[in-house]
Amino acid sequence: MRLGGINRPWRDAANSSQSWYDFISMKYIARFLAAVFLSLACTVPALAHPHVWVTVTSQIVYAADGSATGVRQSWIFDEGYSAFATTGLPHKTAGAFTREELAELTKEVVTNLKDSDYYTYAKADGKDLEFREPVDYWQEYKKELLTLHFTLLFASPVKAKDLTVEVYDPTYYIDFAFADKDPVALISAPAQCKLSLHKPEGVSMTQGPALSDAAAASGNWGVNFASKIAVACP
Amino acid sequence: MLLLQGAIDAAFAQMGPLGAPRAVPPPPPSGIMGWILAKQAEFYRALTGGIRAAKTDNTAVAGLLGISFLYGVFHAAGPGHGKAVISSYLFANNETWRRGVVLSFASALLQALVAIALVGIAALVFQATAKMMGDAVRIIEIVSYSLIIAVGARLLWVKGRAFISELRGGEDDHDHGSHDHHHHHDHHHHDATCHHELEPAQLAGPGGWRRGLSAIIAVGLRPCSGAILVLVFALAQGILWAGIGATFLMGLGTAITVAIIATIAVGARDFAGRIVRSGDGWGMLMLRGIEVAAAVLIIAFGALLLAGYMASERMFI
Repeated sequence: MRLGGINRPWRDAANSSQSWYDFISMKYIARFLAAVFLSLACTVPALAHPHVWVTVTSQIVYAADGSATGVRQSWIFDEGYSAFATTGLPHKTAGAFTREELAELTKEVVTNLKDSDYYTYAKADGKDLEFREPVDYWQEYKKELLTLHFTLLFASPVKAKDLTVEVYDPTYYIDFAFADKDPVALISAPAQCKLSLHKPEGVSMTQGPALSDAAAASGNWGVNFASKIAVACP
Repeated sequence: MLLLQGAIDAAFAQMGPLGAPRAVPPPPPSGIMGWILAKQAEFYRALTGGIRAAKTDNTAVAGLLGISFLYGVFHAAGPGHGKAVISSYLFANNETWRRGVVLSFASALLQALVAIALVGIAALVFQATAKMMGDAVRIIEIVSYSLIIAVGARLLWVKGRAFISELRGGEDDHDHGSHDHHHHHDHHHHDATCHHELEPAQLAGPGGWRRGLSAIIAVGLRPCSGAILVLVFALAQGILWAGIGATFLMGLGTAITVAIIATIAVGARDFAGRIVRSGDGWGMLMLRGIEVAAAVLIIAFGALLLAGYMASERMFI
């Protein structure tokens, strides 16, 4: 028995024209609610803004035979990360940390970096290069900033006409920027090798769809903020 | 319904389907979202500078508080801070906007308190290292995300039953729209054939603080990494009080943004409810269906967060 009010068309054979009208308004509601939900649900899953800033200095080291053996790096972390990372570390002098006092932290950081390929990507003539485990790594604390020094050796010495090295975080959680002064250098390289550093062209985060497509196509976002070291040897 | 289905599918696709490897970071945000994230990064970067300034100059504290507040506002607009969970919860439960505001502020306050407690206890009492704090946060995360799933599951149970009862309940055709808006008045007097005794009691009874408490805790437990940074840095500089002030202001900014978004969600629900109340069976069914979808979304958020496929925050180490 119907007491008036709500119809239940799916239980009702008749009233086709009435339900046609209802369906139209339902469509608008559906669209509206879908829009609301879409905006709520689109929570942009991974963070795309940096939480750590690193100033990078790199040197590409060469052997006597003119092949590149590895990349030596110095990463200076920002004050926020430096303060956080050194929290609770026992140290003798207030406001200062020795290499030994930082040793455990350094080991941890270097171990964690392995999962991210040390954020260093090298190519020789277009082919990806593998690195071995880092050597000569240590940290120092200067002017309240942590600096990580480490050397990445190539799996095997590289002789290439065109060697490129990039240091960046694909997720852009960490912002790597090369230092203004002496950002890159070649150590013991053949005289004819030419070194150049390409800095990212003022990419702003609001660049929009064009950048989105390119980044999506290349599979990472951080590369847009990456500087590229290029060494051209004859 | 198809549109809604598509919307949900798109949302899930953006999050990454459950079980798929999290190989590629999602496409970057554009336009408004990009601007919000840029602002967020700007204020985040300025936080440590603000603390530094406040150390030497007391008047600079106002600047620090301002930066923290603005960071909270923009940060909450980006991913995280329980916007989606709170909004879905409010939508599903057809809560009032006042309750939405209360939930937003309560969870933001809880987040600030958890951050302060975490850094205070970990750093001061335990001399905890960054790694230990990170581990503590991870434990809090697991509890928080599990709670989100629990809140969503309970909601799904209630809304699912309401949906099914709507699908079946043909004998009683009185206007049930009124229940949605006056659920806290118990004017329930249907007879035994009515399937609605389950609605007012379970949908949303009066409850003051307790109702929504689980949602508040679920969302507010996980502290903001910006707050942790500011507290740790302030502690390192010897002015923890400034960090605490900054944290509360960050919470205020967060609360406002989440409250605005929550109010929009409540508005959408009111709008839908009002249209549906004009006596249309399909509408009511669809509304119940959307409420079920909202509950499912909450579970999905919690699950994705727990599984690590969706990161609302990340620690530095």
